Amino acid sequence: MKVEGVYKSYRQNGWLRKARQQVLHNISFDWQHGECLGIIGESGSGKSTLGRLLLGIEKPDQGRIVFNGRPVTERSVRRDAISAVFQDYTSSINPFYTVRQALMEPLTIARQAAPPSEDEIVKLLVQVGLDGSYLAKYPHQLSGGEAQRVCIARAVSTKPSCILLDEAVSSLDGSVQMQVLELLKELKDTLGVGYIFITHDIAAAAYLCDRMLIIKGGMIEELIETKHLKEVQSSYAKELLQKIIM
Amino acid sequence: MNLLKRLMKDKMAVASLSVVAATLLVGLCAPFIAPHNPNEVNMELRFAGASWQYWLGNDHLGRCVLSRLIYGIRPSVLYVLAALAASACIGALLGFAAGYFRGKVDALLMRICDCMLSFPGYVMTLAVVGMLGAGLENILLAFVLMKWAWFARVIRTAVMQFADADYVKFAKVLGAGHMRIMARHITPVALPEIAVVSSSSFGSMILQISGLSFLGLGIQAPHAEWGMMLNEARSVMFTRPELMLAPGIAIIVVVSAVNFLSDSLQTALDPKLMTYGKPSKAGMNTILPKLRRKEVA
Repeated sequence: MKVEGVYKSYRQNGWLRKARQQVLHNISFDWQHGECLGIIGESGSGKSTLGRLLLGIEKPDQGRIVFNGRPVTERSVRRDAISAVFQDYTSSINPFYTVRQALMEPLTIARQAAPPSEDEIVKLLVQVGLDGSYLAKYPHQLSGGEAQRVCIARAVSTKPSCILLDEAVSSLDGSVQMQVLELLKELKDTLGVGYIFITHDIAAAAYLCDRMLIIKGGMIEELIETKHLKEVQSSYAKELLQKIIM
Repeated sequence: MNLLKRLMKDKMAVASLSVVAATLLVGLCAPFIAPHNPNEVNMELRFAGASWQYWLGNDHLGRCVLSRLIYGIRPSVLYVLAALAASACIGALLGFAAGYFRGKVDALLMRICDCMLSFPGYVMTLAVVGMLGAGLENILLAFVLMKWAWFARVIRTAVMQFADADYVKFAKVLGAGHMRIMARHITPVALPEIAVVSSSSFGSMILQISGLSFLGLGIQAPHAEWGMMLNEARSVMFTRPELMLAPGIAIIVVVSAVNFLSDSLQTALDPKLMTYGKPSKAGMNTILPKLRRKEVA
């Protein structure tokens, strides 16, 4: 995936003024197959906006985002190549869907033909540490950790090459957060899937990511490999790093 | 079918649904069920009391009150239901477009709705009737013209709540089309709100049409309508109160059943309640701790 000179702004509310709030300024980076790239920043830094642009569900004002040479805004490009896990597990699954239906949907859309078999669905659940007994459950009958595991199973179901994790562990409590991070690491090794991990938690990013893109105020502060994290140059990145050390 | 099963667990819903379904069925089969021609005048039976031949007696022109009550279901309930369906469909179509696509489509549609909703409903209905003349068709047309904007506004708000949900974003990422997203992800979750506003609106529309017919602006004689039957019995309300009671009670029963059904529908369509059944006072005390316990991962 290649991100080249991306700008994004939103119109501010108001009848008379037509002011726009610039959210992203000149963002450029690339993501390699199989790698885990962390996008780190505090609330309001523009990382979730960047996430929506990377997923192709919004268009940048300027610049382009391409996946395998084609714009991500094309549906056919992302159909079985890009997937996502979001922060709010309570609104990530349609409340009217059972776990079975939630897991079947991506496969049905990706294949556009025969629906997946029951075995295939159970296999997905086993992969994320759940079992077939969850198939008939509704989202509100699942705990936070279970719901997020279902979301991960759903995300890997189409065997995408890139999964965008938008604050995917932030709303879970400590021990569950660790379990989910371990599961993500395991899936990365076994399935060869790559991640773009959007988070404000630099410790979680350091655990999972190969490289980190630190953004502040909609601009890139630093792009660094995790193994060289101690050599960060910008004061903001140093400040973030200080939080892990403490 | 699942919805029906869930409704069947609620006694009030069963009773309300039975009343509404029976009313609609009787209205549809009126020619086969009504014992007499509702418009047949028989001056010899003027204000006759209840008898085996005329169960609810006869009105000021000797017409069978029961037959008129049965035929009255058609304009009072069936035609109102048709007008409600038309306005809800128009409102849903525009509300979905505005709430899902937002932007200029939303701005334009909502300004039109603002204009429509800035007039009081009754005043607009009377204005339409004043321009087009009294009659049931004109009142129903006025209902459709007035109500679509209200439906569009309510449905748009419901759709907007869900159009930003993460499961909708996920479906977009997968490459699902707008129609699929609206049909599979937004309609089912917006449906409870649509059902509740439609059913509560149904009750108020029955009352409105009866009110307008009572004033002589609705269906014209000799056709039967509950509001008009009330008006015709007004002059003998103290000497022959049963002539007013029959259509009056029919209106109360049907409107109450529709309102109770509206409440039950809301409960039955809520996915959080569907797996646990109808929450009772004791039930909620056992369900909520379970839910809270499960939330702790």
